[in-house]
Amino acid sequence: MNTTITENAVAVRNVYKNYGDVEALRDLSLDFPKGQLTSLLGPSGCGKTTLLKIIAGLLPANSGEVLVNGQPVSGPGPDRAFVFQDFALMPWASTIRNVAFGLELRGVAKSEREAVAEKYIAAVGLKGFENSYPHELSGGMRQRVGLARALSVNAEVLLMDEPFSAVDEQTRRKFQEDLLGLVQNENKTFLFVTHSIEEAVYVSDQVAILLPRPSRVSEIIRPQGFRNKDVDSIRRDPEYLDLVDKIWASLRSYVE
Amino acid sequence: MKIFGYQLPNMSSLILWGLLWETVGQLELTFFLPPLSAIFATLLEIGGTPAFLKALRETAEAFAIGTTAAIVIGVPVGILMGKSRLIDELLLPWVNIFLSAPLTALVPVLMVLFGFGITAIVITTALFAIWIIVLNARAGVMQINPSLVEMAHSFGASRFDAFTKIYFWAALPEILGGVRIGFIRAVKGVIIGQLLISVVGFGSLFEIYASNFLMKHFWAVLLVLFSLSFLIAEFLAWLERKVEYYAASRQ
Repeated sequence: MNTTITENAVAVRNVYKNYGDVEALRDLSLDFPKGQLTSLLGPSGCGKTTLLKIIAGLLPANSGEVLVNGQPVSGPGPDRAFVFQDFALMPWASTIRNVAFGLELRGVAKSEREAVAEKYIAAVGLKGFENSYPHELSGGMRQRVGLARALSVNAEVLLMDEPFSAVDEQTRRKFQEDLLGLVQNENKTFLFVTHSIEEAVYVSDQVAILLPRPSRVSEIIRPQGFRNKDVDSIRRDPEYLDLVDKIWASLRSYVE
Repeated sequence: MKIFGYQLPNMSSLILWGLLWETVGQLELTFFLPPLSAIFATLLEIGGTPAFLKALRETAEAFAIGTTAAIVIGVPVGILMGKSRLIDELLLPWVNIFLSAPLTALVPVLMVLFGFGITAIVITTALFAIWIIVLNARAGVMQINPSLVEMAHSFGASRFDAFTKIYFWAALPEILGGVRIGFIRAVKGVIIGQLLISVVGFGSLFEIYASNFLMKHFWAVLLVLFSLSFLIAEFLAWLERKVEYYAASRQ
C-alpha cells in the first residue's frame, strides 16, 4: 500500500446512476479522507442524496464502484451508519429502543445494547428522555435520537442526509457546533449532505460542490485557516466569509 | 350531556329507550314485543341452563376459531400485498370481489365442500371477517414512511426483521381497524352459519324460539348476542385508540 498523508475511508470511482432516462450521476469520482467531515453541497436535483444512498448501499449504481476502507460496497454494512433527513424513528418505540435498534438487529443482548444506548443518549444530551416516545420530543430532540442511533452501532463512517434541515434555525446552529465537537472527538469519517452554503463551510474539512444535469463534482474546497478556531469565531472569520461568497458565486447561475 | 345542571353518564339515553320498550310491552299491543322486564326475567331463567351455555360455548368457539384464522392468515397476506406489487396484482381483484360479494349466497357451496359440521361454520365466519382485515393491513403497509424501511435496511435488517419489526408495527393502527370491522362481520358470519349450515349454537336457539313464538326467549338471546358483539367492537376500538397516537404522528 502506498502511504499517502491522509488515507481515504470512502472512495467513489466512476459512478453512473440513471433513473430511467434521467441521468442522475455521470462518471462521478470523489475521495473522502478518513477522520474528516466532507460535505456534498449543491442545488436541489444535483444528486447529492442519490450519491449518499449509493455509498450507504441503499441504492445500486449502474456502473462504477464505491470502496469503503478499500472494500467494494454491495449493500448496507456495519461499517456505515445513516442519519436521515426526516429522522426515521419508529413512532411505537421509546427513545432507548430506537437508539438501540441497530444493535438489536445485530442480535446484541438487551441489557448490553441498552447500556450502549444509554451512553449515547447521554452523549447527545437526551439524558432523562430514555423512555419518551418520538411524538413527545421536539424536532431537534428527535434528530438527536437519530444521531445517537447512528453513533451507537460504532460505524467508522457516518452518512448524514441533510440532518439539520427539518429543525429550527437555533437548534440547527447548536447542532452544527456539536457536530464540530463530534468530528474532533469521535474518530469517525463524516459524509454530510446539505444545501446550505454556510452550513457546509462551517462544519466541513472538505466541501465537494456538485452541479446538476448531469451531476458531477465541479470543485473541491478545503477551508484551511479557521478549522481549529473555537466555534464562536468561525462565523466572523474572513476566510469563512470569502468561501461562502465564492461558493455562492459559482452556484447562483444554477438556481432557478 | 347535561340536564338541569346534572352531568348524565354515557349512554343514559338507553334508559329512555328501555322505558319506552317497557311501556309498549306492558300495553300488550303485539305479541312480538314483550315488556323489557319480562325479557330480563326470562334471561335470568334461561341464562344458567345447560342448553343456553352449550349454545353460548358453540357460538363462542366457532367465532374464536374463525376470527383467529382470519387474523393469522389475513394480516400477513395483507402485509405481503402492501409490500409486493406482484402479489398485490394477483390477489387484489379477488379480495375486492369477496369484500363486496353477498357471502351468504356462498354458504350452500361451503356446505357441499365441508359438510354440515363445525368446519363449515368456522370457514363461513373466517370468510366474513378476512377480506377487510387483508385490505386494511395492505393499506397500513402502503402508507408506511419509506425512510423507515430504508432505516431498517441500512442497519442490516433481514427481510424477516423488516416484516416483524417495521411493517407490522407501522401498519398496526390500520390492522386493528380492520380486525374491529372484521369481527363485526364475523358475528354475522357465525350466526348465518349456525342458521343455514347446521342448526347449533345461538342459531339453534333463534330457530327454536322463533318457530315456537317464544318471543321473550328470542329477545333474551338477541340481547345477549347484541351486547357481546358490541363489547367486542368497543374493546377493539379502545385498543385502536391506544395506538392512534403514533398513527397521527407518522410523518
